[in-house]
Amino acid sequence: MGWFDYFRQGKPNSAQLAKERLQIVIAHERIDRTGPDYLPQLRRDIMDVIRKYVPITEEQVNVQYEKGADYDVLELNIALPERER
Amino acid sequence: MSRIVVVTSGKGGVGKTTTSAAFATGLAMRGYKTAVIDFDVGLRNLDLIMGCERRVVYDFVNVINGEASLKQALIRDKRTENLYILPASQTRDKDALTKEGVGQIISDLCADGFDFVVCDSPAGIERGAHMAMYFADDAVVVTNPEVSSVRDSDRILGLLQSKTQKAEQGEIVREHLLITRYSPDRVQAGEMLGMEDILEILAVPLIGVIPESQSVLQASNSGTPVILDKESDAGKAYDDFVRRFLGETVPHRFLEVEKKGFLKRLFG
Ligand SMILES: Nc1ncnc2c1ncn2[C@@H]1O[C@H](COP(=O)(O)OP(=O)(O)O)[C@@H](O)[C@H]1O
Ligand SMILES: [Mg+2]
Repeated sequence: MGWFDYFRQGKPNSAQLAKERLQIVIAHERIDRTGPDYLPQLRRDIMDVIRKYVPITEEQVNVQYEKGADYDVLELNIALPERER
Repeated sequence: MSRIVVVTSGKGGVGKTTTSAAFATGLAMRGYKTAVIDFDVGLRNLDLIMGCERRVVYDFVNVINGEASLKQALIRDKRTENLYILPASQTRDKDALTKEGVGQIISDLCADGFDFVVCDSPAGIERGAHMAMYFADDAVVVTNPEVSSVRDSDRILGLLQSKTQKAEQGEIVREHLLITRYSPDRVQAGEMLGMEDILEILAVPLIGVIPESQSVLQASNSGTPVILDKESDAGKAYDDFVRRFLGETVPHRFLEVEKKGFLKRLFG
């Protein structure tokens, strides 16, 4: 390790961040691709309905689509904002 | 039987044309009769990288439109035997590439005894990219260690699995991941996605890693495919890639930071 590398320590590892962001966005896009065509619109509609009641952001809504042998499963996971105490 | 190989990526500027030129040259050097086709209609560049830009008379679209025969349009490479280039048209007509026209040219090349047809895809996911991949048996997906390139590669993988002739027939296009412009020192410093990270995200078999190298620019300046620069790391890495494609087991090189001398180590 060169001298200058010592100053680099503690700097956030941006490659790790890149990897995590990619894993999330690509997982989303793969679901949109392999699931039914209505999935992206469905996600937007769900967002709109929930936003009538509570403010939420894109990443608080997680839509999983899984193909099964007899039937497919659509799983919605919505994290509501933290309650004010 | 000819093997049709598309070199694709989604994103532009990642090294598709550099790769197509090196790959086709490497195959021809090993005795395989090879044609490399530039699908980038309106933005012809493979001719420059191959150093045959002044010998272009007819192009891909001329052949499709019946204005020239395939024989007239194919440019025989002056350096490498068994190697032929079909340049892209500079027309602005995006619909110039038809599925029937491209299919006809590819089957004529097969009938003519070509072992490999390398299709240099344009960027994007529009018609040109679609036509370049449609008839492919194999796909070399070129990816840079950078977020937008990795994401676009994943989109292209989705299209390879759904919008190709093979996919329509219920078969699969063989996928190969080629990482280019790789800088081991930046990976070690945590500034660049590493080879393992990209593999984990895309889950496609790795066929090669080409280091970032100044020799690529030099090779393009002189119109010489970089694989012919046998001294350069990029040239060697492309040669390894061709050998792996042909079924040899070749260990990956240029993945580690070069060992530095004492002074360099001291002063970084
Ligand atoms: N391994 C590499 N090292 C350094 N520069 C590279 C490398 N591969 C490609 N380049 C450069 O990147 C640019 C884009 O390459 P090109 O092959 O034209 O990409 P694409 O066909 O995907 O648009 C060119 O300037 C080329 O010289
Ligand atoms: Mg190109």
